[in-house]
Amino acid sequence: MIQPRGDNSLMILIPAFNEEGAVGSVIREIRSHHPDLPILVVDDCSADGTRSIAKRAGADVLSVPYHLGLGGCVQVGYRLAYDLGFEFVIRLDGDGQHDPRYITLLLGTLKSSGAQMVIGSRYIDGTGEHTSRARGIGILFFRWFLGLILAKKVHDPTSGYVGVNRQALEVFARSFPLEYPEIEALVVLKRLLFRFEEVPVKMRPRMAGKSTITAMRSFYYVAHVLLGVLVNILKYQGGRKT
Amino acid sequence: MERMLSLIAGMSILLMGLVLFNIRRAHIRVEYSVSWLGAAFVLLLLSQWEWGLMSFAQLIGLNDPPVVLLLIIGAVFLMVFFRFSVVISDLKDANIALTQKVAVLEYQLNRLHEKPQATDNER
Repeated sequence: MIQPRGDNSLMILIPAFNEEGAVGSVIREIRSHHPDLPILVVDDCSADGTRSIAKRAGADVLSVPYHLGLGGCVQVGYRLAYDLGFEFVIRLDGDGQHDPRYITLLLGTLKSSGAQMVIGSRYIDGTGEHTSRARGIGILFFRWFLGLILAKKVHDPTSGYVGVNRQALEVFARSFPLEYPEIEALVVLKRLLFRFEEVPVKMRPRMAGKSTITAMRSFYYVAHVLLGVLVNILKYQGGRKT
Repeated sequence: MERMLSLIAGMSILLMGLVLFNIRRAHIRVEYSVSWLGAAFVLLLLSQWEWGLMSFAQLIGLNDPPVVLLLIIGAVFLMVFFRFSVVISDLKDANIALTQKVAVLEYQLNRLHEKPQATDNER
């Protein structure tokens, strides 16, 4: 079983659903940069060989008995990391878009800035070239919208390349948005007066599989996220309470 | 109007019978049947209480009691559906929490099983 090592223990979390084409390479790539890091793959009841491939590649695999969706998957990973006593968790996608070379940068920023969350942003230095047009428009909209709510510019609000410290881990282990969690998670942090920072990363095209956010679903995505944000604003209590 | 009220009364009785039959066969739990039985009872009462229906129609400024009855039917069923949305949401939350708990327990159990094997191999 994965175990925290030392005072600044870090766990890598990879939520995966039908990612047999990429998850093995992602794990091996992380291992090549960080041989001793505990890696947890949360298999969201995949119908393919995701679980066995991830195990063979050297990761610990936690399988959920039925398909929970991204948020439920990430939350159970956070919950296990919190229960085991990890100080930091960095989440990468299982499709190979997130370059593991930036793990050091995310962890370093988490430690040095004192922010509860650090986002790997493709729009600070990079151009975000590996983003679909629909997603690009959505990002522009949410960048503007979140700027109003958070009173802080967010370059890449939909990035799933995210690091959290133990304070955020405690909150997210108990409650985490279930669908399309990235944007809502930022509003949850704001509600609790937590801070987040962004660091520049370059993202790559996915190695295999397709994005779950199709053109049709993007409308549902926007409506769902707006509603989630609104609910979080209504929950605002003006302090660091949950 | 008489025919329509009789039809609604018949449908209400049918609904009550259906719900009671399903409770007896344990297809529906008693606590979730209350909303349906309540809705059926309200419709039966209004369909048989013409004076009450007329008075309510006048109160809300409609001269057509059947339209009022349809409005009430819509409102009652909307309330029932809303109640069930709340119930479904609670059940989904409980399901997710249970699923996550089961996944974590299974993970820990597998690791416990793997540990003695690893120790045996080391020997």
